[in-house]
Amino acid sequence: MIRTLGHIVARDVLLAMRRRADVATTLFFFVIVASLFPLGVGPEPKLLRAMAPGILWVAALLASMLSLGRLFDADYADGSLEQLMLAPEPLALVVIGKVVAHWLISGLPLVLIAPVIALQFDLPAGSLGTLLLALLLGTPLLSLIGAIGAALTVGVRGGGVLVSLLVLPLYVPVLIFGAGAVDASATGMDASGHLSILGALLLLGMVLAPWATAAALRISLE
Amino acid sequence: MKLNWFKYASPATFYPLAGKLIPWFALSAAGLTLAGLYLSFFVAPTDFQQGESYRIIFIHVPAAWMSMFIYIVMAGWAAAGLIFNTRLSSMMANALAPTGALFTFIALWTGALWGKPTWGAWWVWDARLTSELILLFLYLGFLALHAAIDDTRRADRASALLALVGVANVPIIYFSVKWWNTLHQGASVSMTMAPKMAATMLLGMLVMALACWMYSIAAALVRVRCIILEREQQAEWLAKLTQEPA
Repeated sequence: MIRTLGHIVARDVLLAMRRRADVATTLFFFVIVASLFPLGVGPEPKLLRAMAPGILWVAALLASMLSLGRLFDADYADGSLEQLMLAPEPLALVVIGKVVAHWLISGLPLVLIAPVIALQFDLPAGSLGTLLLALLLGTPLLSLIGAIGAALTVGVRGGGVLVSLLVLPLYVPVLIFGAGAVDASATGMDASGHLSILGALLLLGMVLAPWATAAALRISLE
Repeated sequence: MKLNWFKYASPATFYPLAGKLIPWFALSAAGLTLAGLYLSFFVAPTDFQQGESYRIIFIHVPAAWMSMFIYIVMAGWAAAGLIFNTRLSSMMANALAPTGALFTFIALWTGALWGKPTWGAWWVWDARLTSELILLFLYLGFLALHAAIDDTRRADRASALLALVGVANVPIIYFSVKWWNTLHQGASVSMTMAPKMAATMLLGMLVMALACWMYSIAAALVRVRCIILEREQQAEWLAKLTQEPA
């Protein structure tokens, strides 16, 4: 089982590395969206500092959603998704592998670059660690939840726009606690409560989301 | 005699039954609405704090109740459709969704109209308002997903799964919004109403809620009949039914 998981992750990461531009697009989208906000609301440092957690998280949310199309669509188009579903391994395992790969490709780079962007917003250095930790807990959850939406819309016309409608309302708790953690630490409060809830949600998502995604894939490809 | 629980699970038997039931539900909806409106406009006393504007509660609260309740019922039908693979269950889920979305919208809209005179703002980011708004998004997602998939069987099953995922998420969303709200702003706006509500006010609200129930059932039945007609075009029983002189 673990070996299969490893193979799927390695395959997806390899495929993504063959087309590095796609990976970079998500990352630059994140950077650009985050940089647009100061242009819109003005360069007042106090305002920006207060808005930074929310802006970074919303940008991360959108960037993660933007890359959901790559989760299953290419495999569906060339038929390898059906082959994966025929494999004797449980489909949920395949889903976990693909979600892990998706996070490595689109989530992890965001987590790593976010502290740099946060400096643009003059976020206090002390809360950069919290930002990193919150994103580390939250972005895998975004990939997990997003996988359900992506699986439901595999091969549907206009799937890209549709998936945002399905997935964004479900992202709300992640946004609240993710941004809340950074906000709390920036204002000198304890962020551990938010981080614990984020962790709990991640565990819940890890148990339930692959299963729901597998069911959605079966519906979409029956 | 053994009771056949699944007799009306078939569109062929349900279609005439729904046709017989609709007038009853529609009539009771109309009657209860009239009674509820009378109670709420002429019997219920004027609120000493909010004056007459509080009367919007008689549509606002029932609509908010219905919006949440219909989502749960819809998810229940969706689950039944996934589990038993019955066509009618998915049709019911689809028939309920627009009514649920409508009530969610009414609750939000009347809430805004009520908020302006009482709080001085059309919208506050209160936990209940925010989660109601997200509920509307969930309804819209359900409808959009169903509309986007051409194959009805796949559309039914996909949107059913989405409804179930939504139902699992509604409590999480509600509590997260609630905590978010208490963290961000103090209780500057109290949503709780006057502690004691006059009995006639409560009565008016309950009658209006019942009227909304009846309306929802009638509307869902009308809509499910349309869906049956649409999907069972080729069915023999339908051809027989339509050929018969009415």
